[in-house]
Amino acid sequence: MTSDEMTDRIRAAFPQAITGQNRFRDETSLSIQPDSIRVVCEFCKSTLGFNYLIDVSSVDHFGEEPRYEVVYELYSMRDAVHLRLKTTVSEDDARIPSVADLWPTADWHEREAYDMMGITFTGHPDLRRILMWDGYPYHPLRKDFPLQGKPSEMPGVAFTEVAPLAGGPFVTIPTDGTTQVREPRARHAGELPTREKFLSEP
Amino acid sequence: MSNSLSPVAYDGKIEGNVIFTQVDAAINWMRSNSLWPMPMGLACCAIELMAASSSRFDISRFGAEVMRFSPRQSDVMIVAGTVTYKMALAVKRIWDQMPEPKWCIAMGACASSGGMYRSYAVLQGIDHLIPVDVYISGCPPRPEALLDGLMRLQKKIMTEHALVDQKKELLESL
Ligand code: SF4
Repeated sequence: MTSDEMTDRIRAAFPQAITGQNRFRDETSLSIQPDSIRVVCEFCKSTLGFNYLIDVSSVDHFGEEPRYEVVYELYSMRDAVHLRLKTTVSEDDARIPSVADLWPTADWHEREAYDMMGITFTGHPDLRRILMWDGYPYHPLRKDFPLQGKPSEMPGVAFTEVAPLAGGPFVTIPTDGTTQVREPRARHAGELPTREKFLSEP
Repeated sequence: MSNSLSPVAYDGKIEGNVIFTQVDAAINWMRSNSLWPMPMGLACCAIELMAASSSRFDISRFGAEVMRFSPRQSDVMIVAGTVTYKMALAVKRIWDQMPEPKWCIAMGACASSGGMYRSYAVLQGIDHLIPVDVYISGCPPRPEALLDGLMRLQKKIMTEHALVDQKKELLESL
């Protein structure tokens, strides 16, 4: 089966669940209603033969509602077909059903999304932080969390301080300029460097 | 006072190989030439630490080839790599388990200052937690730089008093 046939079968089985479809560089992405993501995943695993979950990741669309997006990358070893499922999670109720019982690899991917983005996966067997320590008060990959961090204190467990950025953060911004223009330097949000600006104030 | 120590020895052949020296100098000479490292390899710098043990660089020329993975048996902790906050307290705990006298080498930019990781997850220098004797610059430092740091540490040990300077915690507890 090709990915087109796969999406057709998902569409036939769950006509209400799919809110969008996108194809880019031969990869198909399907947007799924949040309350259907679990049954669609079950269908993909059991009926369509997607036996490999490559990744579960999360995106923060800060300032939009729904704020978060969870992305599942599926792969079928049998048919060599890749499929991407996306679903949204609202900020007020940042919860989504876990798929760790379908693909055991989702266990750690979902723990990472929980740790970094603060999305709770209901039904997860062991939802603990995976990179920061238990009790750390923030979710560092959210867009409103500063790169240098915030001070936190957990005596005997761990602690953090604000990292010195010395005028930073130093970031690259995509532009049509030369490598000199593109090179990482201290920038403020929304500032797009141009070749003229670089030459006038290098 | 601490610089007045000298490893001067007098080997009297006529009296029959009797050696006169200071106790501090003799102990320091033995300690500095048999530094057993605790390899705290946390990131890419650890690869250069491993290379320093290989035949081209051969850290055993300086008596420091006995990598001990038990803190109880080691003298110098070589912190080689990026110290995340989650790992930092484990590093501190292993440091506390090492018996005195003990020394610490911060190898590379990350262990010395956090390096390029100005971020919420990385401790900005291991000297926030444990006292460092020698800092080695570089990202990563070449094995020669590690050997240079090791030789500087040996020189530093030769200028210390074997009991007063090197067993501070023990003396305080008495
Ligand atoms: S100093 Fe450079 S080579 Fe060493 S651990 Fe840090 S990033 Fe890696």
